[in-house]
Amino acid sequence: MRMDIVKMLACAGSGHPGGSLSAVDLMAVLYFGGVMRYDVQNPCHPGRDRFILSKGHAAPVLYAALARAGYFSAKEFKTLRHLGSMLQGHPDAELCPGVEVSTGSLGQGLSIAAGLAQGLRLQAAGARNDQVDNAGGMDGTLPQIYTLLGDGELQEGQNWEAALYAAHYKLGNVVAIVDRNFLQIDGNTEDVMALGDVGAKFAAFGWEVATVDGHDFAAIYETLTKERPVDKPYVIVANTTKGKGVSFMEDVAGWHGVAPNDEQCDAACAELQVKLSLSANTQTGGGADA
Amino acid sequence: MLSVCKATRAALGETLVAMVEEGHDIVALDADLACSTTTGKLGQAYPERFFNAGVAEANMVGAAAGLALSGQIAFTGSFAVFGTGRVYDQIRNTVCMNSLNVKIAPTHSGVTVGPDGGSHQMLEDIALMRVLPNMRVLTPSDYTAAKAAVRYAAMTPGPFYIRLGRAGVPNLYGPTGLLGGSITDIDVTKAVVLRSGADVTIAACGIEVAEALLAAEMLAEEGVQAEVIDVMCVKPLDVETIMQSVSKTGRLVTAEEHSVLGGMGSAISEVLSELHPVPTRRIGVVDRFGMSGKPEELIRHFKLDAPSIAAAAKELL
Repeated sequence: MRMDIVKMLACAGSGHPGGSLSAVDLMAVLYFGGVMRYDVQNPCHPGRDRFILSKGHAAPVLYAALARAGYFSAKEFKTLRHLGSMLQGHPDAELCPGVEVSTGSLGQGLSIAAGLAQGLRLQAAGARNDQVDNAGGMDGTLPQIYTLLGDGELQEGQNWEAALYAAHYKLGNVVAIVDRNFLQIDGNTEDVMALGDVGAKFAAFGWEVATVDGHDFAAIYETLTKERPVDKPYVIVANTTKGKGVSFMEDVAGWHGVAPNDEQCDAACAELQVKLSLSANTQTGGGADA
Repeated sequence: MLSVCKATRAALGETLVAMVEEGHDIVALDADLACSTTTGKLGQAYPERFFNAGVAEANMVGAAAGLALSGQIAFTGSFAVFGTGRVYDQIRNTVCMNSLNVKIAPTHSGVTVGPDGGSHQMLEDIALMRVLPNMRVLTPSDYTAAKAAVRYAAMTPGPFYIRLGRAGVPNLYGPTGLLGGSITDIDVTKAVVLRSGADVTIAACGIEVAEALLAAEMLAEEGVQAEVIDVMCVKPLDVETIMQSVSKTGRLVTAEEHSVLGGMGSAISEVLSELHPVPTRRIGVVDRFGMSGKPEELIRHFKLDAPSIAAAAKELL
């Protein structure tokens, strides 16, 4: 997925590598770790879990996940950000299979997730008899709504309106994942506009909170699947490294919104290939850097 | 003028309740104004279908988008100033870009909000909403038309803006209305000719339709025959009806309780300037904010009243 991201961005000549790479392992566990329930053959299955990319600029990581899941061909990667492409600079639900909702303007994903959770709950409650067939998720339980938020994005006040709302309406099937990489366009989040203890803030709003190493597959899986209260929304603060996996991009704010050139792309892919091979050889099942 | 008055906002809550009773999957959200906007009626009748977002309009629109994604028809309330301008980005980037089934239906548009003053008198909402791709804009002129507008918006997929007001306006349609029940099937997508005349066209929307009808009476006393059109839908505009009228009269006055910039008068002028330019006067609030006062005082102060419309028409003769 990391190589997909680096290559598609190099081909596009613009885009956001840093926040895409930081979220790869989270997305990998969601889509390929047996967490999210979805059916590529029936992408509109009413009982599917939903994923909303609130940090829409990380579109490449979503595209990598969706293509590898089979929603569209990886051949589309080279069209990213080009005229007529299904892979718009920010995700477009109308054009791209598997994208639930178009995003790009920050701070809105959590609200959408909350409304979606309410709507699905309304259906499941059988408020309308003719909808009983669509009531449950794919295995009969309520669909989960996952949304990936950037940490810089939490400076948008709407997130905190939504945090109140989701707790007030006891939306236990909302799962927010904060990609806590501590960097935003203008620098470190704590210098630009300090976020402080994100988990404590959500806890104060009435959320169930967990913190996880956002590059540790096993820990991410465990955090996403653990037992939790059904009447509280759930936030996972995932500590991540912006640009993770490509050494010259790691923890450099400048790689937020600049695409690698061909040389940089080759260097990044060579490094990722080495890490992939090492990971495969050790057979640890970890492979978080791949 | 008949004295029976009812505010267009009164149509919102009761129509939503009626439509849920009929089996439609409608929900409503509001931002701590559920009593004023009347969305609270849905909350009383069907608590599971009403969500108060508190004083937090941005999240209200986002949550409405999510509810629409789940298959519901989602109405949002609040006052027009907060329900459109404050949440413009949410409406643009989430509701309209995704072409979601969200119906932006705030109340308290225009100066007839009255004593609350300029901060609460929305005069730029038609302009803001009509420039958004996928958005349609309905501007009902009385209680009966507002019921039809809410119903049409609910039954038609995609984003809508329904412009509703706080103050009572004379009943036009309906059996006891000013039009004497002559129009029974209201088509809210049309511009409707309410009175025929050959000398000047007066195109009005919202509360200004009643003023335009009064102005036509005044003009008739002076031998000027005005044709009055209720522009129920600013976007898409019923160009055909308006073109037919101005082709006949050769003169146009537009009247709206909105800024003269970007509203219904602008929308018509944009089209006619290309297809059939005619001498035009636009009645509206002239690039300024509102102020405190009684609704009827403000209508006079901002020259939105019938005599001002009649005077504008005479300028064209």
